[in-house]
Amino acid sequence: MATIASLKKGQRGIIKEFSVDVVPLKLLEMGCLPGNEVALVQTAPFQDPLYLNINGSHLAIRKETAAQIEIDIVD
Amino acid sequence: MAKQINVALIGNPNTGKTSVFNRLTGLNQQVGNYPGITVEKKQGICKLPRGVKAHILDLPGTYSLNASSLDENVVIELLLNKNDKDFPDVAVVVTDVENLKRNLLLFTQIKDLGIPTILAINMADRMKRKAISLDVEQLEQRLETKVALISSRKNDGFENLKELIIAHKTLSTKPSLNASVIAPEYFDRLRKAFPNQDLYKLWLVITQDVNFGKLDRKEMKGVASFQTESTSNLKRLQQKETIARYQFINGVLKETLTIDTANAKDLRSRLDRVLMHKIWGYVIFFAILLLIFQAIFDWSSYPMDFIDSSFASFSEWTKNNLPAGDFTNLISEGIIPGLGGIVIFIPQIAFLFFFISILEESGYMSRVVFLMDRVMRRFGLSGKSVVPLIAGTACAIPAIMATRNIENWKERLITILVTPFTTCSARLPVYLIIIALVIPEQKVLGIISLQALTLMFMYLLGFGAAIFSAWALDKVLKIRSKTFFVVEMPNYKLPLFKNVGITVLEKTKSFVFGAGKIILAISIILWVLASYGPGDFNKASEIVQQQNISTNISEEEIETQIASFKLENSYIGHVGKFIEPAVRPLGYDWKIGIALVSSFAAREVFVGTLATIYSVGSDEEETIKNRMAAEVNPILGTPLFNFASGVSLLLFYAFAMQCMSTLAIVKRETNSWKWPMWQLVVMTVIAYVVALGAYQWLK
Repeated sequence: MATIASLKKGQRGIIKEFSVDVVPLKLLEMGCLPGNEVALVQTAPFQDPLYLNINGSHLAIRKETAAQIEIDIVD
Repeated sequence: MAKQINVALIGNPNTGKTSVFNRLTGLNQQVGNYPGITVEKKQGICKLPRGVKAHILDLPGTYSLNASSLDENVVIELLLNKNDKDFPDVAVVVTDVENLKRNLLLFTQIKDLGIPTILAINMADRMKRKAISLDVEQLEQRLETKVALISSRKNDGFENLKELIIAHKTLSTKPSLNASVIAPEYFDRLRKAFPNQDLYKLWLVITQDVNFGKLDRKEMKGVASFQTESTSNLKRLQQKETIARYQFINGVLKETLTIDTANAKDLRSRLDRVLMHKIWGYVIFFAILLLIFQAIFDWSSYPMDFIDSSFASFSEWTKNNLPAGDFTNLISEGIIPGLGGIVIFIPQIAFLFFFISILEESGYMSRVVFLMDRVMRRFGLSGKSVVPLIAGTACAIPAIMATRNIENWKERLITILVTPFTTCSARLPVYLIIIALVIPEQKVLGIISLQALTLMFMYLLGFGAAIFSAWALDKVLKIRSKTFFVVEMPNYKLPLFKNVGITVLEKTKSFVFGAGKIILAISIILWVLASYGPGDFNKASEIVQQQNISTNISEEEIETQIASFKLENSYIGHVGKFIEPAVRPLGYDWKIGIALVSSFAAREVFVGTLATIYSVGSDEEETIKNRMAAEVNPILGTPLFNFASGVSLLLFYAFAMQCMSTLAIVKRETNSWKWPMWQLVVMTVIAYVVALGAYQWLK
């Protein structure tokens, strides 16, 4: 099962449905919504946190949050 | 006189909202606090065409109206309270043309409150370079608003924005999203229960945990009891709301906005590759820190020496030119040295805020947060703790306020508790003067000054103490809270000189008038305590002359002896002698003891206190530094400020919690006296033990 945490650098995916109990509202408001495209721009040293481009917004989140969000990998 | 138009500036962080505010108000602005809370309130007056004036309120940056921090609460509390005197006649939502999609979320929420709303699209000067084109007319129609394309960098479009503000009465107040699409049945029930209320407002009152204005609360009475839905159900509905809003926004932008992605390889990715490199990223970060410290020590020493000697000669001048007496003494020995002790900090504070605001404005600070998160987490902190820890080098008070955007309560609490260890600007003068006295003026490797290195070490020690205690707290504190972290990586921007300048001016001003008052008051109190005394004090000259009756010493020496006899027998002398046994093992005399005690009001008082104590009864024009160098340890006969006692003092100031304002702010931010008291006791004990150990080892 692919999640945002399993993206490789430069890879893109489409966010699948997720539950509000695991993904904070704040992240949704910043554009992390089901159906949106997410790309991994860069990882920090030790592979955490992740620097993402979600729907045109550049954000960084921690790996454990990223691992909660399922995606379909595009390429 | 015509009524002023109340304008509220609202927007996401990193949209250049503050630049817009600065453009509109110029220097015609004031910064204060919202009553009862420590959220900064920025407001100003803007002159509009045809003699109309607008009162501009710069609300804290927020991503949405779903508040998750004190700063964001301020925004909804104001927007839901029609009776607030700042309630806007018109809201200007500031957005960044490159992040329009995300920024519009907040816009649609504000619009749904029925407030006349203008959409200001900032950074419009970038559109050409980024190949962005926008159908403004269509956008205005779809969003039912007026759009102002502006550029705070190029000062473009502000005339248009001002005209729109004047014409605010013509704006449509139709909501952009029908709230009931979220959950038709639930909202139907709401509508039946409160037929006269705006549905979206009701929804906010139900979902937000904030206070509302007194009168509105009465109107809304009973809403709380209407929470028939469970919390998790409400959360789900909030999620649905957000999705519905984005669907609407996506639809609008599809028709109005085109971005040619061929030009996407830009400055951001090129700079990121270097600044966030796994090795170079850290090297650059530490090089920047080193540059800041070298600058603060080296560059600011010139104006500081000038200020120091100017105040010394001014004090001397008043003494010679005003009629002799207690009042003149109060001015020349109490007030002027006290004022000098305030003014002397200005160069360093200005430099520090200059650098910090450049780091923030350029977008670099977020990169540091990203780079440091993993490392900081090992110590129970968050990458976002880096900002308070760096800001703490200016002052712990704004730094502790800056912890508000740390999502995790445990990480936030630990950050608050350890931030006072970082070397704040109030410690700086103490360090500078002691380093200048006890560390030789040498160069290491021919270029780096040994004194600057020592200062750098003191900063590292402060950070080290903060990090180590964070690690210890992480092990000790048993708080379970959900880990969560999200940080926006904004575009890189060249800092606007005007914004940096205003920040520096604002912070320096608030230091001079805030901390300055305390310093001045303490200086005057100290002067009084040092100039009067009980018993033997009033017979000083007889006693000294009696003692020297058979010796053959000059008039001048007798004068000096009388002065020091007076000081020892003054009120402050008695207090000092009383605490002397406690500070002697650390290598201090009673005068330093007094300075130490008065430092508990605020550290920066130290230099001023010594300046006042040493200048009482002295006739010569002297700088503070020369006076301190001349002090002799009465028992050993060696200079009082030697290597051992100097190091001991440096260490004491590095660790001790000597700042009442910080304790007050910690109380407010943690909502309990437990944590500030904990800080006071633990930090001071550490300071005493370390200083004691250092002195005993080095002496």
